[in-house]
Amino acid sequence: MNYSLIILIPLIPLAVFLVLGLLNRKIGPAVSGLIGVSGILLSTVLSFYTAYQYFGVVGKVSGAYPTLVESVVWMNFTDTLRIDMGVLIDPISVMMLIVVSTVSLMVHIYSRGYMKGDEGYTRFFSFLSLFTFSMFGLVLATNLFQIYIFWELVGVSSYLLIGYYYTKESAVAAAKKAFIVTRFADLGFLIGILLIGYYTGTYDFGALNDPGGAILSNWAPASFMGLSVLTWGLILIFIGGAGKSAMFPLHIWLPDAMEGPTPVSALIHAATMVVAGVFLVARLFPMYFFVEDGFALQIVAFVGAFSALFAAVIALTQTDIKRVLAYSTMSQLGYMMLALGVSGYEGSEGLGYMSSMFHLFTHAMFKALLFLCAGSVIHAVHSNELKDMGQLRKYMPVTHISFLIAALAIAGIPPFAGFWSKDEILVAVFEHNTFLYGIGILVAGLTAIYIFRIYFGIFWGKNKAYEHSPHESPSSMTFPLVVLAVLSATVGFIPFSSFISPDRTGFEGHIDIPMAIVAVAVALLGLGVAWILYKKESEMVSRLTDRLGVLYTWAHQKFYVDELYLFVTKNILFKGIAAGAAWFDRNIVDGTMNLIGNSTVVLSRKIKGMQSGRVQDYAMAFVSGTVLLAILFIYLWTS
Amino acid sequence: MIEGISIYELLTVTSILFFIGIYGFITRKNLISVLISVELILNAGAVNFVVINKYLYPDVLQGMIFSIFIIAVAAAETALAISIIINLYRKISSVEVRDVETMKY
Repeated sequence: MNYSLIILIPLIPLAVFLVLGLLNRKIGPAVSGLIGVSGILLSTVLSFYTAYQYFGVVGKVSGAYPTLVESVVWMNFTDTLRIDMGVLIDPISVMMLIVVSTVSLMVHIYSRGYMKGDEGYTRFFSFLSLFTFSMFGLVLATNLFQIYIFWELVGVSSYLLIGYYYTKESAVAAAKKAFIVTRFADLGFLIGILLIGYYTGTYDFGALNDPGGAILSNWAPASFMGLSVLTWGLILIFIGGAGKSAMFPLHIWLPDAMEGPTPVSALIHAATMVVAGVFLVARLFPMYFFVEDGFALQIVAFVGAFSALFAAVIALTQTDIKRVLAYSTMSQLGYMMLALGVSGYEGSEGLGYMSSMFHLFTHAMFKALLFLCAGSVIHAVHSNELKDMGQLRKYMPVTHISFLIAALAIAGIPPFAGFWSKDEILVAVFEHNTFLYGIGILVAGLTAIYIFRIYFGIFWGKNKAYEHSPHESPSSMTFPLVVLAVLSATVGFIPFSSFISPDRTGFEGHIDIPMAIVAVAVALLGLGVAWILYKKESEMVSRLTDRLGVLYTWAHQKFYVDELYLFVTKNILFKGIAAGAAWFDRNIVDGTMNLIGNSTVVLSRKIKGMQSGRVQDYAMAFVSGTVLLAILFIYLWTS
Repeated sequence: MIEGISIYELLTVTSILFFIGIYGFITRKNLISVLISVELILNAGAVNFVVINKYLYPDVLQGMIFSIFIIAVAAAETALAISIIINLYRKISSVEVRDVETMKY
C-alpha cells in the first residue's frame, strides 16, 4: 500500500477548501466549480486505486483482510494512552472511501448546474470540500479521538451548509437545531470515549477491537448500576452515533436540515454524514459484540428497529418531498442499525454486519439519486410541495426514469440494488429475532408505499397548470443522475460478503429464496397500494385519512416529538433551570463584579485630590516620607 | 584632611546646607528661587562626596571626580530648567509656582 497516496485523499479536498475559501470573491464561479470538481475527481481516482490495491494486490493475509495502519503520535499521555493521527485501511474504511468519493463527485458535478447563478457559488464549493475532507478523515481514523475530531468537523460543515441560505430565517434555525442536537448527542460520545480511554488505557481501534486481546477478554474492569463500565461507554458512544444518524429520539434535526440546498441533502443528509453513526458502531463492532455479551448491541438493534418504523410511518404523511426523503433516510438508517444489532461475529454469522454495510453502500447510491432527482424536480417547478407537482414525466424524462430506478431500488424490487442488501438484512434479522423481523418486513412494505406515493405524485397524478412549462435540467445535472441510476441498478450484484465481514475473513453469500419471495411480495404489495391510491388523484386518499382520524393527524404532526422537545426546553429547562441560573448570574456573579468596580471608582474619586498639580506638595510628601522612614530605620537599628 | 576640623563638623555643615535647600524647595513661591534651592541640595551632595573621600579613603580620587561630574550635571540641569522657566514666562508672563499647577487630575 502506498500511504502517501492514501493521505492525499483527504488532503486534496482540504487544499481545495483553503484555496476556494481564501479566494472566495476573487475568482469566478466557472473557475471555482472547476477546482472543486477536479479536486474531488482526483480523490475519487485515488480512492478507487486504494480499493484496487487493498482488495486486489494486498488481498487476504492468512485468510483475512489485514488492517493496515500508518500513523504518527500526536499527543502522548502514557505508553498506550495516546492520540495518533493517521490512516487505517480495512474493508469498511475502503468501502466508505468509495461511497464518499463517488457520491461527493456526483454531487459536485450536479451542483455546478444546480447552484448556477447563486451568489455564494464559491462559498458553497469550499464548504462542500471541507465536508468531504472531514468525512474522509472520519472514515480513515485510527483511533477514537481522531474519529471524534473529524466527527465534529463534519458536524460543523453540515451546520455551515444547512445554513447556506443564511438570509432565510428558517434555514438559520434549522442549522442551529442540527448543530445543537448533534452536539448534545456528541456530549455522550465524548463521555463514552473518556470512559473507555480511562478503563482500557487506549484509544486505538486495533487494541480495542482485538477479539483475543486483553480488553475484550476482560471486559468488566469495573461496574456501574449492574452494567460493565465499558457497556456504559459503548451506550454513550451509541448516543453520539444516534445523534448523527438521526435515530429516535435524536432525529428531530434531520427533517429540518432539508432547508439546505438539495445537493447538500443528497451528500450529507442522505449518503455520507448520517451514516457516520452506523459506521461508528461498525468500527467498534467487536467491542459491541463481546463486551457484556452484546448488551449494548441489543439497544442498537431495538433503537434501530423502532426508528425505522417510526420514520416510515411519518414519511407516509408528509407533503414536502424532501421531508419524505429525510424520514425515509432515517428509516433506512434504522434498518442499518437493526442489522448491526442482530449480527454475529464469526464467519457467515456476521451476515447482519455485512448486510448493514451493504445497505449503507446501496442506500448511499439510491438515496443520493432520489435527492438529486428531487432537486431536479424542485429546480423545475420551484416548490417542495407535492401538491405543486404532477405529470412531470412528460417534461423531465431523464429525471423520471432515474427516480423510478431509485424508487424501485429503495422499495426492494429485484434486480435493483436495494433488494439485495435489504434481503440480506431481513434474513439476518429473521435468524435472530422474529419480532424484529416483523417490524422489518412491515417497514419494507411502508417503504414501497411512501416512495411510490411521492413518485406517482410527482410524475403522474393530475396535471397542474404550471406558470412556466417545466423543462428537463441541464446536462451537468442529468449526468450524475444517469451515473447514479446505473449504479443503483447494478451495485447489488457486487459479492459484498466475500469482502466485508466482522472477522474480515469473508464468507460465501447466498440469496435465501423463500425470504426473498416474502420480501418482494410485501414490496410489490406496497407498490400496488401506492398505485391504487396515488396513480390518479382519487377520493380514496382523503377518505382513508378521515377514517384514520387521530392516527393520521399524529403521524402528520410527526408524533409531536418537536413539540415535546420545545415543551421540555422552554418550560422546564428555560423557565425552571435556566431562569434560576440567569438570576444567579445577573445578581450574584455580576453583582460581585460590579461591587468591586464601583467601590474602586468611589474610592478613587475620594482620593484624587491628592494629585494637586503643585510640585511642592509632592516634594513635601516625598521628604516627609523619607524622614519618617529614616526615623523608623534608626529606631529599629538602635533598639 | 584639614587640621583641627573633624569629619562630623563638615558633615553637619553639608546637612544644614541640604535641609536649607529642601526648605527652600518646598516653601519658595518663585520658580527661580526653587531652582536655586535645588542647586543647594546638589552642592550639599557634592561637598559630601569630597569630604567622605578625603577623610575616609584618602588614597583614592573617585569622590573628587564624582563631585566634578555633579558640577557638570548641575550646570546642564540649570540650563534646562532656566530654558523651561523662560518659555513658561513667555506663555503665561509669570514665574510663580502657584501658576503652574495645571498638571493634575
